[in-house]
Amino acid sequence: MKFTNYLKQIQNVSIYPLISLILFTTIFTIVAIYVFSADKKKMDDQAGIPLQ
Amino acid sequence: MQPEKFYYDNKIVKQFGIATIVWGIVGMLVGVVIAFQLAYPALSFGIPYTTFGRLRPLHTNAVIFAFVGNAVFAGSYYIFQRVLKTRMFSDTLSKIHLWGWQLIIVVGAISLLLGYTTGKEYAELEWPVDIMITIVWVIFGINMFGTILKRRERHLYVAIWFFIGTWVAVAMLHIVNSFELPFSIFKSYSLYAGVQDALVQWWYGHNAVAFFLTTPFLGLMYYFVPKAAERPVYSYRWSIIHFWALIFIYIWAGPHHLLYTALPEWAQALGTVFSVMLILPSWGGMLNGLFTIRGAWDKVKEDPVLKMFVVALTAYGMATFEGPMLSLKSVNAVSHYTDWTIAHVHVGALGFNGFMIFGMLYWLVPRMWNTTLFSRKMANQHFIIGTIGILVYAVPLYWAGFTQSLMWKKFTDSGQLQYQFIETITSIVPMYILRAIGGTVYLVGALMAVYNLAKTMKKGSFVANEAAEAIPFKLQAMPAVKMHWHSVIERKPVRMLILSLVAVAIGGAIELVPTFMIESNVPSIAAVKPYTPLELQGRDIYVREGCYTCHSQMIRPFRDEEARYGEYSKAGEFVYDHPFQWGSKRTGPDLHREGGKYPDSWHFRHMRDPQEMSPGSLMPTYNWLIENDINIKSTPAKIRAMQTLGVPYPKGFDKIANDDLHRQADSIVAGLQKDKIKVSRDKEIIAIIAYLQRLGTDIKKNQTTSNEVH
Ligand code: HEC
Repeated sequence: MKFTNYLKQIQNVSIYPLISLILFTTIFTIVAIYVFSADKKKMDDQAGIPLQ
Repeated sequence: MQPEKFYYDNKIVKQFGIATIVWGIVGMLVGVVIAFQLAYPALSFGIPYTTFGRLRPLHTNAVIFAFVGNAVFAGSYYIFQRVLKTRMFSDTLSKIHLWGWQLIIVVGAISLLLGYTTGKEYAELEWPVDIMITIVWVIFGINMFGTILKRRERHLYVAIWFFIGTWVAVAMLHIVNSFELPFSIFKSYSLYAGVQDALVQWWYGHNAVAFFLTTPFLGLMYYFVPKAAERPVYSYRWSIIHFWALIFIYIWAGPHHLLYTALPEWAQALGTVFSVMLILPSWGGMLNGLFTIRGAWDKVKEDPVLKMFVVALTAYGMATFEGPMLSLKSVNAVSHYTDWTIAHVHVGALGFNGFMIFGMLYWLVPRMWNTTLFSRKMANQHFIIGTIGILVYAVPLYWAGFTQSLMWKKFTDSGQLQYQFIETITSIVPMYILRAIGGTVYLVGALMAVYNLAKTMKKGSFVANEAAEAIPFKLQAMPAVKMHWHSVIERKPVRMLILSLVAVAIGGAIELVPTFMIESNVPSIAAVKPYTPLELQGRDIYVREGCYTCHSQMIRPFRDEEARYGEYSKAGEFVYDHPFQWGSKRTGPDLHREGGKYPDSWHFRHMRDPQEMSPGSLMPTYNWLIENDINIKSTPAKIRAMQTLGVPYPKGFDKIANDDLHRQADSIVAGLQKDKIKVSRDKEIIAIIAYLQRLGTDIKKNQTTSNEVH
């Protein structure tokens, strides 16, 4: 599978997987920060919506 | 403040629910039939409409889009109204959605039986149906967003996000994967060829699992599990992380279906990394569901709904643990092309999707008919029978997958392959029989559910419009606490939509773009030439008959595969393959280097009666190819379509293509005659022989012109 030979001709192909990882990590961190800083009561209220 | 009075539309939920049950039984029945066909090929009955290659796409499409699809619509229409505290946006759109979807299913089923297929797994439906799907999906979207916009509840409960994510992603996947060039009113060629086609297809195929079979079911889970357990979800925080992590990671994982193939290595690696990361959100979600139920553990013993949910979530956990394992190259080397994959899929389909649906129906029907379940005992028995069915289905198939793979790879001390391909099949036939029995047992359980639910409906009285009341959105006071940015997003569904789209679109683009750039950079292998008109017709017959459901055309660079099938497949060999036909399962041997392996007469006899040439073969007969005439009227249009797609036939070739076709057919007929086979040159069998004899020969013929670096 010597595909790498063709890939070398695409400029900076390694940037693609890198972008994916950076993007994912960023989003994940932001969501995590939000989730753990969120107000407890508000979370409980929202979790209760189906049971109202 | 005066609450407003309004009514929930239960009728639409009921109709989608009944469609779920009806198509579910049909889809499972076809599944049972094809399972028995694999053990007893005579059950294909020697007619085109009932052979494995056509029924298998019918089975997969029926269970995915008809059974699971209708269940998602039933569940989501129920949930939207409740958690958004409003009736659906438009009853008319609901009706169009309902009947449009059923029409798609019927047209789709008939067209698959007639052999109209794109040849791309889980996207087999041809272009007119693709357009219908797009229209109905947009109508569903308008109805959904209309409902969200007229809601009386400020917050969008997490289940709604999963439905939004589903809608966006499926729209994108369906459109991108369906780019095809029609050459007649029912048939088209994929716009992509070879490696590109494979990549787009498995990006689609994988994400169909993610966004049609998983995310909407998590939406159902986040509503029905708390309802059935009568307690809020264990952790709402987790559910937020679950959502974003899942949609973000899933979209990248597609290439794990193409490990060791002619796909760029970095894309394969990307697929593996993201697949392994998928364990985290998947298990987070599963635990969130199970912990919710744990709070009501005492009820699980009696309540069939909760029992079904527990097994469904456990199956989800198992499948999402196994999936990433299968994405590891070393595991995949063993599992790919075997029944292991089929077992894996059915743990998810029968366990997670099936049991979520039955649990949901057992919960919904008594409520909408204002009564109690006809027989709780019977539902509990269904639970037990269904669980046994899953085990009897999956365990033998895991065994079959392992056994066959080990046999494929086994060499004798003198360096020869130890087993003929046919021996690796005959040794697993008993497992196929057990699997078919397991499927039957599961189907019996489903029939019990039909009876039980029908009786429940009969005993209750249906509440078509359920009264409810809520304070209008505008009159609700804004919350005093400072707003958090994520709450802002949650309150703006359109923004939510766009963000989800961005998440999945970036994932898709980054995966696909470099592959398209490769196209212009791949030095095509000089020896690889377009198919002759006769071969092209033969190839289309190959697609029509669904040969790809049993045969791969992709030899991986392993010692055993090269010994068995020949030199491994190169990316440059597929540049004229619209669509690609790499396949995903080797019930029969790989065919990529079939050309020149046997004389034409062998193929003739083999297609007529496979067991005659290979005793113990599981391949059905294709004797109608000997009777049917090649549709030569279509040749010019096919050639022109291929030219539009960039296949370098000379200018004006469409006009003389049939002359070329006849010349080649004549020479095959003459050869067959020497072997005492009399057949006219117009028959389809001639075209398929021409195609089979061409497969993989370009490289064999002319090694020196290959630009491919070894
Ligand atoms: C139900 C699964 C199934 C389907 C569908 C199927 N085959 Fe097969 N095929 C097999 C099996 C199993 C074998 C191996 C035993 C044998 O030689 O018959 C085989 C063998 C073959 C071989 C011989 C390969 C070799 O190198 O020995 C050819 C050629 C072939 N099939 C062509 C086709 C074509 C063309 C179609 C579609 C029209 C098709 N098959 C559909 C199962 C299938």
